[in-house]
Amino acid sequence: MTDVASPPGRAGARRLTRRQRARLRRLGVYGVTLVVAAWLVVVTDWGRLQEAFFDPTIFGDQFPDMVTRAARNTITFTVLSFAIALALGLMFALLRLSPIRPYRWFAVVYIEVFRGVPALITIFAIGFAIPIALGTRVPGRYGAGCLALGIVYSAYMAETIRAGIEAVPRGQLEAARSLGMTQARAMATIVIPQAFRIVIPPLTNELVSLIKDTSLLYVLGTTADTIEITKFARDEVGRTFSITPLVAAALVYLAITVPLTRVVAVLEARGRRAR
Amino acid sequence: MSDAASTHAIEIDELHKYFGDLEVLKGIDFVVDPRDVVCVIGPSGSGKSTLLRCVNRLEDPTSGRILIEGVDITDPDTDVDAVRRRIGMVFQQFNLFPHLDVMGNLTIAQRRVLHRSKGEAQEVAAQMLDRVGLAEKVREYPARLSGGQQQRVAIARALCMNPDMMLFDEATSALDPELVGEVLAVMRSLAEEGMTMMVVTHEMGFARRVADRVVFMDGGVVVEEGPPASILDDPTHDRTRRFLSQVAER
Repeated sequence: MTDVASPPGRAGARRLTRRQRARLRRLGVYGVTLVVAAWLVVVTDWGRLQEAFFDPTIFGDQFPDMVTRAARNTITFTVLSFAIALALGLMFALLRLSPIRPYRWFAVVYIEVFRGVPALITIFAIGFAIPIALGTRVPGRYGAGCLALGIVYSAYMAETIRAGIEAVPRGQLEAARSLGMTQARAMATIVIPQAFRIVIPPLTNELVSLIKDTSLLYVLGTTADTIEITKFARDEVGRTFSITPLVAAALVYLAITVPLTRVVAVLEARGRRAR
Repeated sequence: MSDAASTHAIEIDELHKYFGDLEVLKGIDFVVDPRDVVCVIGPSGSGKSTLLRCVNRLEDPTSGRILIEGVDITDPDTDVDAVRRRIGMVFQQFNLFPHLDVMGNLTIAQRRVLHRSKGEAQEVAAQMLDRVGLAEKVREYPARLSGGQQQRVAIARALCMNPDMMLFDEATSALDPELVGEVLAVMRSLAEEGMTMMVVTHEMGFARRVADRVVFMDGGVVVEEGPPASILDDPTHDRTRRFLSQVAER
């Protein structure tokens, strides 16, 4: 390992070509990384680590419930919140770009407030304040929580979508208008489809982030029906006195997010061909 | 339409346009009659593109009147979208819709604006595409076409709406020199078929051979206008002469 990392004699080093030196440097980096990794493997107390973080029996006990109940709820929350966020986000992006000043102001205030306030506080506000203020509950078992998350994320998405719309060349709108389309028609059929193509990567980030933030919804109280992955794992930690359920939860999250980002990457590559 | 013969296709009266404090058009008067081809020439910054863009209200005139087939489009009560349907526009940057293939580009406005059936729209599209010589490109996306091909598709897209007149805003200025000819050829054949055309251009050869009338603009005013031969070969004004001596004729 060490003889790979060190240059083969000083006299020779001077005569190395630029490419040889780059290669040597790279081998050095690999070497150091391997040494550090090897050291970690040797010094780690695997027995205790496994006991605390990966007890096979407890790990096995997490399934199938963690997937069939908790992950299912996580996905339900995510889909609902994302749909709300997308619809509101598009609406506020358009208001933000409106020529009518009060619309713009309204959008700016909305975006600043919900982007600036921690999601947890917004969830509390929607979950507890609305029933008190309006004397009515947001309908549905998941309603209030998803509405709150949808509102928080719509503030981020409004800015993302606005940037996407602004990135579509002005000539596109002019061409559409010159063909007799109304402003609304031109936006809906020409500008917004192109804007969405532009904002797919940042929207994917927001979706992934939303998946994880559904774990905040437990503050509104959970039942067996509405438990999601993180809350499920934490309850299990309390029951088993082991960290293993959290490791299982992490793997379940990855099993959702990684395929998702891969699929989006493929879709994006396909869309780029048309551009 | 018994009075069609007496109605101008485009009539511009005392048109002024400001961008902020800058007066870009300083009282333009002129007319384009049906089946006429009018070429507007002049140095950059002379206001010719702004004038053209005012004709279909992509720019709002500050004052003055523009009549399209007798309809005042500067009147706030006029349905501008309806008037625009009768005016085809071709842009310097083509402005094809990149997310749609050629067929999509040619049919979307027919479907959404004229409410034609899919079959009818595609039939018209195929016919217009054939007319610009690109029948085999129906399923291509704009990004895969050359600039000249894109501009011809853009012309076909405008023609699909069966416009009464066409506006060309420096339609060949963004093209590589070897691609200019194919676009000019399409424009010329349109002119020969009797299309009413208002063409902002730097192609003096095109103006000479195709235009019925040439309008020379400079500094936001029409300096002079007349038949191509008299404007291009025997201009009255010094400014026209200076401009013409600076542009090479193709």
